[in-house]
Amino acid sequence: MVGIVLVSHSPRIAEGTLDLVRQMVGDKVPIEIAAGTADGRLGTDATEIEKKIRKVYGGDGVLVMVDLGSAVLSTEVAIENLGEPFRSAIVIADAPFVEGTVAAAIEAGFGKSLAEVRAAAEGVKAYSKLG
Amino acid sequence: MAVDSIKLIDIIKAIADKINEKREYLTQLDSAIGDADHGINMSKGFKAVVEKITNMGDKDCGTILKTVGMTLVSTVGGASGPLYGTAFMKAGQAVAGKVNLDFNDLISVCEAALEGIKYRGKAEKGEKTIVDALEPAVEALRKHRSEGLKTALQEAVKAAKKGMEYTKNIIAKKGRASYLGERSLGHQDPGATSCYIMLETLADQLLDKKS
Repeated sequence: MVGIVLVSHSPRIAEGTLDLVRQMVGDKVPIEIAAGTADGRLGTDATEIEKKIRKVYGGDGVLVMVDLGSAVLSTEVAIENLGEPFRSAIVIADAPFVEGTVAAAIEAGFGKSLAEVRAAAEGVKAYSKLG
Repeated sequence: MAVDSIKLIDIIKAIADKINEKREYLTQLDSAIGDADHGINMSKGFKAVVEKITNMGDKDCGTILKTVGMTLVSTVGGASGPLYGTAFMKAGQAVAGKVNLDFNDLISVCEAALEGIKYRGKAEKGEKTIVDALEPAVEALRKHRSEGLKTALQEAVKAAKKGMEYTKNIIAKKGRASYLGERSLGHQDPGATSCYIMLETLADQLLDKKS
């Protein structure tokens, strides 16, 4: 199953998002949070992201959901620092954080491939909230 | 000029002191166009760096620079972490295994740092970022290489300062400030400023001037 890592500046954003997701998919999808700095500031930490990617990696790849700026840069550092087999099996979703995570987790829960899970996350950009 | 591991550690400590001293100023610049944390983030990151490298005098310069980079990516918190972190990691690769750095090595270190920042930030000059201070400095180092360390460094610092000041006249294209668009005009970029502070401190340390 594809694993998911939530990279946010704020632990509360990541935890809140995870609460929403767990309500829908339960505990079957491996999802971890890498949010905030070790000393409690808003921010991202490449080493922590690396650790969490290793934790959710189960052979089918990992999708990383990111919020703002440094979340992307820190995740890129983490991916480069991870050797194979991780490196080629991790992708960053170019997607809204909350909605993208919900969509990705649902697909992952159905055992879909990394490409399908990513497409689901990125697909929410075209979804109209007002119908 | 010869910089051994002990001297390199001293230079990095001096940079850490200077960043800490200018913490409020950097944060103030960042509060105008960003998320008001550049000073505190950089200060925290470099404090962790000093703790990591203090006893690394028996290691080569490449390893020390790489350690600075690895520490910054996990302790700064903001985008400057992965950006400066990548710069130091690339700089470390450029002088891997060397126990002494000469003037040409110094230029290689700055070139690699610039390359690292541009690669990580996907940034070019003119986008109101660190690159606007660092690239002119590297160009000046190259241009004045034949005139020796002192002139080259002084010209590099001058070029970095000019680049930093120029960021007031351009619109932010990267990072949090880019959300402001035209409203970022008139404000000096915090990243270009911290980069200038680092270069100035480096020059002061190498030219034995008290900063």
